[in-house]
Amino acid sequence: MSIVANFDLVKGKLGRIKGRKIEAPEFKAPMVRRPTGRSLDAFHGWRRENGRVGVRNHVLLLPLDDLSNAACEAVANNIKGTLAIPHAYGRLQFGEDLDIHFRTLIGTGSNPNVAAVVVIGIEDGWTKRVVDGIAATGKPVVGFGIEGHGDIATIAKASYVAKEFVQWASELQREKCGIEELWVSTKCGESDTTTGLSSCPTVGNMYDKWIPRGIHGVFGETSEITGAEHLCKARAATPEVGERWYKMWKAYQDDVIEAHKTDDLSDSQPTKGNIAGGLTTIEEKALGNLEKIGRECTYIDILQPAETPTKGAGLYYMDTSSAAAECVTLMAAGGYVVHTFPTGQGNVIGNPIVPVIKITGNPKTMRTMPEHIDVDVSGILRRDLTIPQAGDALIQNIVRTANGRLTASEALGHREFSMTKLYRSA
Amino acid sequence: MSKPHLLVHEKKDTVGVVVVEGLKAGTDMLGVVTHDNSDFRLTAKMDIPIGHKVALRDIKKGDTLWKYGQDIGVAKADVKQGEHLHVHNAKTKRW
Repeated sequence: MSIVANFDLVKGKLGRIKGRKIEAPEFKAPMVRRPTGRSLDAFHGWRRENGRVGVRNHVLLLPLDDLSNAACEAVANNIKGTLAIPHAYGRLQFGEDLDIHFRTLIGTGSNPNVAAVVVIGIEDGWTKRVVDGIAATGKPVVGFGIEGHGDIATIAKASYVAKEFVQWASELQREKCGIEELWVSTKCGESDTTTGLSSCPTVGNMYDKWIPRGIHGVFGETSEITGAEHLCKARAATPEVGERWYKMWKAYQDDVIEAHKTDDLSDSQPTKGNIAGGLTTIEEKALGNLEKIGRECTYIDILQPAETPTKGAGLYYMDTSSAAAECVTLMAAGGYVVHTFPTGQGNVIGNPIVPVIKITGNPKTMRTMPEHIDVDVSGILRRDLTIPQAGDALIQNIVRTANGRLTASEALGHREFSMTKLYRSA
Repeated sequence: MSKPHLLVHEKKDTVGVVVVEGLKAGTDMLGVVTHDNSDFRLTAKMDIPIGHKVALRDIKKGDTLWKYGQDIGVAKADVKQGEHLHVHNAKTKRW
């Protein structure tokens, strides 16, 4: 029996697990009164000390390394409203691999969706390096090293600070900001042939409309441009940027693919999910992928993984893996505050600090796992929704998300934080 | 326009994408080319799952496959018009 207050029970909704029907009531929510005067030209976000604007207000417990996950999770358990983001790495890394590690941690803490940060590491030296990096933004950040103190004393000290931070952050107010202050990233996953027909061009249409308005955009997925590299190179803003892009892509081909490839990239490009969805070759996948940058946008610079753009508003390319959580983690560390994620077969990814908006055009995915999807563009396949109309629907959803609406992945608790690792540790 | 069974990106393409669930062999499919919204009819020769490709014309082993107006790989076997085209009869040229 359902006890219902202020909701209208619409109908029983059916799901199925191993042949067993799951009956879940479906509700029609009461009309939400949104403040008047809000348009798609503005949103309400938190302006941080460095002038950047966030759309979430997290207090982070950031482990320097795998050993510090337990302390961070203990503090998050003590102090409600904080968020620990455990990860697998941070010991005995060196060279470029270590650079990416620090850039990712410092970038994550510096992201404007984060109000304040407590860093915990096994020792003081590298912990301080992360604290100093985040402190450059002007936001509150404190670090603790565990050695010489133990977990329990560290957790106690960090908990006192985290409590101060979360109470302070809870009083910060959103303010009205122009749409040009949004940084919107994109990466697709569990792609199929419908992503290239519908959800990827929907994102592309959003960029075609919003990049000229002055937002920051970013796309990446170096392995998944293979087959469309000639088209991607041609979409650079200048021939010089295009040459730099091609050099980066070729280096990936030579150093990673050629060095380690098997017959068909071991079912990784395309993936088993891609193939089940109808994608046959990497070229086909890449051409669909590239639909995310629309018809008119050009990219103005190439970013290292987790690097923050510095050339002003516009579209950027970030050299990332095509694995969903790794890529979104790197883009979030680059400073992007909302992520648009086209999916065909139904990738369920989220991110701890950045709302991930899922878009699908696959009617089967809408039927079988609708709880994961924020924007349904399956009308494109039925020819009753145009790409520009779908782009407008996405824009509306991005503004609502920026104003505070939780995405499906946030509501479902998806917080995938995956560090990129380049090679074996020392 | 009625709901299409099949979408094709560009006029030049030799494969299209089935966009309805449960497509059965023998279906007289309505196809639409998204680039210019032109339409055509084609009979499905096999049951083809949603999202999977169908050959728009007879394709010979070794022929380049065209989608998005671009080269997406090569046929590993002869594929008749209206037949299912996927990893069993097509592959990348890259590796």
